[in-house]
Amino acid sequence: MHPVLKLLVQRIALGLILLLAASVLIFVGTQILPGDVAQSILGQGATPETLANLRAELGLNDPPLTRYLNWLFAALQGDLGTALTNGQDIASSMGKRLGNTLFLAVCAAVVAVPLAIVLGLIAVRYQGRWPDRVISTITLATVSVPEFLLGYIAIFVLSVQFRVFPSLATVYDGMPFMDRLDAIALPVIVLVLVVLGHMMRMTRAAILNVMESAYVETAELKGLRKFTIIARHALPNAIAPVVNVVMLNLAYLVVGVVVVEVVFVYPGMGQYLVDHVSKRDVPVVQACGLVFAAVYIGLNLVADIISILSNPRLRHPK
Amino acid sequence: MKDDLAKLIDRIDAARLNRRGFVGGAAAVGALATFGAPAFAADPVKGGILKMGLGGGESTNSLDPAVAASQVPFHICRILGEPLVDVAADGTLEMRIAEAVESSPDAVVWRFTIRKGVKFHNGAELTPADVLATLERHSNKDSSSGAFGIMEGIASMRVDGDVVEVTLADGNADLPYLMSDYHLQMQPASSVATPDDGIGCGAYKVVVNEPGVRHTFEKHADFWDTTRGHYDGVELTVINDTTARMAAIQSGQVHIANRVDPKIAKLLARAPGLSVQNVSGRGHYIFIMHCDTAPFDNADLRNALKLAINREEMLDKILDGYGSLGNDTPINSSYPLFTALDQRSYDPTAAAELYKKSGHDGTPIILRVAEGAFPGAVDAAALFQQSAAAAGIPLEIKREPNDGYWSEVWNKQPFCASYWGGRPVQDQMFSTAYMSTADWNDTRFKRPDFDALLLQARAELDTAKRTEMYATLSKMVHDDGGLICPMFNDFVEAVGEKVQGWEKNGVQEVMNGLAPHKTWLA
Repeated sequence: MHPVLKLLVQRIALGLILLLAASVLIFVGTQILPGDVAQSILGQGATPETLANLRAELGLNDPPLTRYLNWLFAALQGDLGTALTNGQDIASSMGKRLGNTLFLAVCAAVVAVPLAIVLGLIAVRYQGRWPDRVISTITLATVSVPEFLLGYIAIFVLSVQFRVFPSLATVYDGMPFMDRLDAIALPVIVLVLVVLGHMMRMTRAAILNVMESAYVETAELKGLRKFTIIARHALPNAIAPVVNVVMLNLAYLVVGVVVVEVVFVYPGMGQYLVDHVSKRDVPVVQACGLVFAAVYIGLNLVADIISILSNPRLRHPK
Repeated sequence: MKDDLAKLIDRIDAARLNRRGFVGGAAAVGALATFGAPAFAADPVKGGILKMGLGGGESTNSLDPAVAASQVPFHICRILGEPLVDVAADGTLEMRIAEAVESSPDAVVWRFTIRKGVKFHNGAELTPADVLATLERHSNKDSSSGAFGIMEGIASMRVDGDVVEVTLADGNADLPYLMSDYHLQMQPASSVATPDDGIGCGAYKVVVNEPGVRHTFEKHADFWDTTRGHYDGVELTVINDTTARMAAIQSGQVHIANRVDPKIAKLLARAPGLSVQNVSGRGHYIFIMHCDTAPFDNADLRNALKLAINREEMLDKILDGYGSLGNDTPINSSYPLFTALDQRSYDPTAAAELYKKSGHDGTPIILRVAEGAFPGAVDAAALFQQSAAAAGIPLEIKREPNDGYWSEVWNKQPFCASYWGGRPVQDQMFSTAYMSTADWNDTRFKRPDFDALLLQARAELDTAKRTEMYATLSKMVHDDGGLICPMFNDFVEAVGEKVQGWEKNGVQEVMNGLAPHKTWLA
């Protein structure tokens, strides 16, 4: 077997095992939440016999291992159950929210990733001079400001004062695509500002690291232009760390933007999860946890695979 | 657990039940001047879409009126449904689905004559049988209805021609008021099995239902009351974040925003294109002591603490004037049969004397509080600590997390911050929280003479006698209870300048949920 293929298979297997472990943690975590599910559904109307009936109906009397396996197999078949609070099918209502979250994340990534890499390249090209300092200062500043504050500033300036973009990012089914883009303009701006600094700094550091190598010196001696050296010779060798940090930020865009969602009233996964946690709606919490874990592990897996594939020593073994 | 949920609901309600006639901020005065006149001068304009940005909605919400708890489901109930009777802004009864109501002399048997020609959203005509089915569903414990407590007092119900007859276990002169509860929206008998299908007989019907995100409605063409429901449609956007909600009204994306933070109300009123409206309600912010737990089982200590709180300062600093002074009774002038008691005010000297007389050992008294107890609760507790310290009473503030506050602290710990949303009538307020046997007797106020007088007042049809009885009951709580009530809070809302026909109605927030029915766009 080709060593790269072997490495890839190993990585994927490891990812699946991790996901399984995460599912155990999620299940155990929701089990040790205070309060009994049947009790929380029935509330003050609970009588001993209705409680017993409901517990039997929900399978709460089975041993935890049986319940875990039932839940896991159902989830594998796409059946995430129904929400306890409003009886909606979790897979379909969460699907919509997940779609919205991914849409926002992708839009933010489409702007942020190329911008971060280009800014990183420029910072390296003019290392220590004013363009480098300006880029570093601004991106560090936007990373340091809490995202809700960035959001409020964006709303105040762009929505209330100048009315360029709407402050409400509520999107819904059947909304025309251009309206959607207009609605999410502000959250995208904020998310880009939040993730830009990290990715840009990492790009800069990784390339600067490579710039110390002997072959870069050779390229300089050949008389190549500085920017050609950076883009053609240094960047490909710096891809592995850059991809890692890009994926980490993409994962953040999917699983960690609840604050931005709240500020801009965006119907994404974060708000959905928080609402159900506060109502102890365990099946929804489990489903969200599983999806988040899958996204996180999946994106890191992609980062690993790209790093492996970008390494010529692994692609062309002796 | 549901206790807490219901309580939570109630707590959310409180923000809606803010109270206070009018606060003389210059901005607010200006707003009133521009608003009052055209509302009566102009005829309603038909058409347009009303957009409301509302806090208090979750992805867990359902269209079933029985389980409505927070603000957004409340508004959905009011938009989709019609109750038998409604409470008008001035506290009088307004006939809706019931055309007339009459009772037996002992207030035990009540007869509601049902209006003809009312059509549901599915085209069917409303019959007394539908009314009966709706009421029966809310009387069933399994429906988890928020109105279950009201329905519990009903012994039997039956249809008699055009009349639905309700027989109570004990006489209750307030029954029509109780029937105005927002959960009790009439639904077709065919919806009993699917109460969340959104079919009601209100002015608008459901188009889009995305809980926690947005709800849209279109005009119900066959709506029976032609004087209401001027819009072609209504759009509710759930905006739980206060700043986002204020930004939405300032940038003109919504016409009405609820729950304006009193701290920013005066600033907001300066923004162009909108006005800030406030109206008094029955909600109040409180500190509660368990009368049966040491050291609060000592009446002198309780009264020392009541004298050691500076109500004026709190009203000014916590509500920025958008409220009114509390007087250690849950009843204020919003209630129909209100009698004013002598106002208790801050008196550190008298408090110090009573404290000494109580013989308390001087160890700090622990006051539990969370940010979610009521808006500004932590600050209010700090003010209380300061004013009590001046009277030589040591308070120790213990901050609790919001999560679990209503299940672990409220109604469990002997001294904590809390709030009540108020109730339509005195009887209901006292029965819910001050009767010895009440589940939510969160001050552990247990006096047999109080209970007996409360039951007597309930069946009393002579208004003068009743008023006197309620004054006595209020005074018992004021003098002897574990309730420290520094303030009643207003409903404060932001309204865009295009909205016409706004009325002051403090029964519930946003004109008691009637803004989509009674206002129009200029």
